[in-house]
Amino acid sequence: MGVTLSEAAARHVSGFIAKRGKGIGIRLGVKTSGCSGMAYKLEFADSAEPDDIVFDSHGLKVLIDPKSLPYLDGTELDYTREGLNEGFKFNNPNVKDQCGCGESFHV
Amino acid sequence: MALLQLSEPGQSAAPHEHRLAVGIDLGTTNSLVATVRSGMSVVLSDELGRSLLPSVVRYAAAGPVEVGYSAEAHQASDPKNTLVSVKRFMGRGLLDIAHSESLPYDFIETEGMIKLKTAQGVKSPVEVSADILRALKERAEAALGGALTGAVITVPAYFDDAQRQATKDAARLAGLSVLRLLNEPTAAAIAYGLDNAAEGIYAVYDLGGGTFDISILKLSKGVFQVLSTGGDSALGGDDFDHRVFCWVIEQAQLSPVSLGDARLLQMRAREAKEYLTQHGEAPITAKLSTGEFVDLKLTTEIFAEISRTLVQKTLGPTKKALRDAGLAPEDIKGVVMVGGATRMPQIQHAVEAFFGKEPLNNLDPDKVVALGAATQANLLAGNRAAGDDWLLLDVIPLSLGIETMGGLVEKIIPRNSTIPVARAQEFTTFKDGQTALALQVVQGERELVSDCRSLARFELRGIPPMVAGAARIRVTFQVDADGLLSVSAREQTSGHEAHIEVKPSYGLSDDEITSMLKDGYTHASDDAFRRALREAQVEAQRLVEAVQSALKDDAHLLSMLERAHIDSCLTKLQSVLIGDDRRAIDAAMDALSKGTAEFAARRMNQGVRRALAGKKVDEVNL
Repeated sequence: MGVTLSEAAARHVSGFIAKRGKGIGIRLGVKTSGCSGMAYKLEFADSAEPDDIVFDSHGLKVLIDPKSLPYLDGTELDYTREGLNEGFKFNNPNVKDQCGCGESFHV
Repeated sequence: MALLQLSEPGQSAAPHEHRLAVGIDLGTTNSLVATVRSGMSVVLSDELGRSLLPSVVRYAAAGPVEVGYSAEAHQASDPKNTLVSVKRFMGRGLLDIAHSESLPYDFIETEGMIKLKTAQGVKSPVEVSADILRALKERAEAALGGALTGAVITVPAYFDDAQRQATKDAARLAGLSVLRLLNEPTAAAIAYGLDNAAEGIYAVYDLGGGTFDISILKLSKGVFQVLSTGGDSALGGDDFDHRVFCWVIEQAQLSPVSLGDARLLQMRAREAKEYLTQHGEAPITAKLSTGEFVDLKLTTEIFAEISRTLVQKTLGPTKKALRDAGLAPEDIKGVVMVGGATRMPQIQHAVEAFFGKEPLNNLDPDKVVALGAATQANLLAGNRAAGDDWLLLDVIPLSLGIETMGGLVEKIIPRNSTIPVARAQEFTTFKDGQTALALQVVQGERELVSDCRSLARFELRGIPPMVAGAARIRVTFQVDADGLLSVSAREQTSGHEAHIEVKPSYGLSDDEITSMLKDGYTHASDDAFRRALREAQVEAQRLVEAVQSALKDDAHLLSMLERAHIDSCLTKLQSVLIGDDRRAIDAAMDALSKGTAEFAARRMNQGVRRALAGKKVDEVNL
């Protein structure tokens, strides 16, 4: 399984990393907070931790810590536009339910 | 589900705790809003993908307030209710505005800031700016999907306190929380990432729609220091449009045109100017309401010719700013171009020739300021990564000083001093037995108090009675890092002290904004003359009082004839004193001094005799 990036997401991630000037890839994760149990983490990654699981998608490194992986396995990270807003979206098959705003979820 | 952005490592926001911050370039001609998305500064566009919002607001008799392109479309048909370039009126009186006679508005001169009469009532420039800011805020909230934490709004480097406060008031009216006002050149430097660039001194040449700013920035170890600023608050792209407009009127031999036609021709003039950036010549065609037809061709050469003096006008303040910083053009490592008007080829050439190097212009000159403001807003909202907390040193845009005798300004902290700063100077009393001193704190570059802006007034009392000039009063000005000015005065022998704090917002609500500063540069020789006159008047007044005081004590030393001569000299001096003929004052002072020379000698002899009376020679310490 693993975690993948859509083509649009990959294009934007490489753009952002180039602009930022450093970073080996991105880090995805979950943390226990928010109104519905879990919240996503989406960050630039400057270094890999020893236990990180690394996926390769469109030539980009996607780092995930082992504890987060079960919640994210099979996820595709997409980049979309909704009205004037644009940003990343987690298409996560593990999600059973999410809060109204979609910022937190549970499995 | 909600859309997420990439964060710095360890900085992922908890749900519902995103700190959405924007940078706003509230421009004379166009305004923009930008934010940082996934670590990258981007300008936010409207539904049609347009990033600029024309700074135009229409208050039509019926319907809602229109802002931006829809308002701009009515410029020609409804000039009175379609307000453009109101940034020029922020914190200004009618006298401060160039070409006010050719503007199609119904101005209302109120105390302080002017107001404009529209079909929806009287509007102050602050309210108009608030409507522009509100439109940008709505755009940003739609684009970011949430309420804004705050905004950084940029202002020209030499906006004074009144204009800055007016900008803050406009933001408050629009429901925006202002994280900070940022000087436009500093924002541009941030946008170019000069904080990461090689160290050196850079110039920011900003020719916007209505203002020209030149700033000299020094970058070392990621720290920005503004060395000096200068410019012209009434010079910009609009003036180039106006030159073309005047050229059209002259070439087409038009008699005075109606308001609507004037607006139409101004729009055509601007279009022609913009067209010339990419082309060698621009057609100007218009059908006027009178039925007259305008059909002209404006070439790059003619445009450069008719706008030559405007281009030159930008180089004067540029030289002055360099001089203020103690630098020569070759000390400048790079020149950042800001403002749509810098696209004009003649500007690019003039700047390149002046500095002897090609200016930096790879970012869109219309967007750089907003992009830099967004970067700063993102940091101030707390979205900072390690190592991002650079220090931003600022300067005092206008000199601070106090009023001295004769309504003259004594500058205590000169313009372009970096803050925080403290300066002190000693003053003294003017009259014998004077026990109080009124201090008026003023801001501005002009020599006379009446031409500067008064910030505060306070009194120092309890000075021990002494002869004029004997008291020593130390006045200290202190400006802290937030720009808060405090002034204290202390009489050195008695230790009496008085103190006042001048907040940046001091007395500057809409109604209270007093008449604003005029451009100090254009009045230099005028000011020098008036200062010399006032100094002569003060000196003459001092002489009159000294002679009067001497006459009161020692009139018996004079014969009737001598007394009559001194009295006539005195009367003569008093009569010319109030006039503005400096030579007459000098001459009358000279006559009085000569006329009283003998009197003074006798008084001195009398004083010596008194001091020596009844003493032996060896008791006197000669």
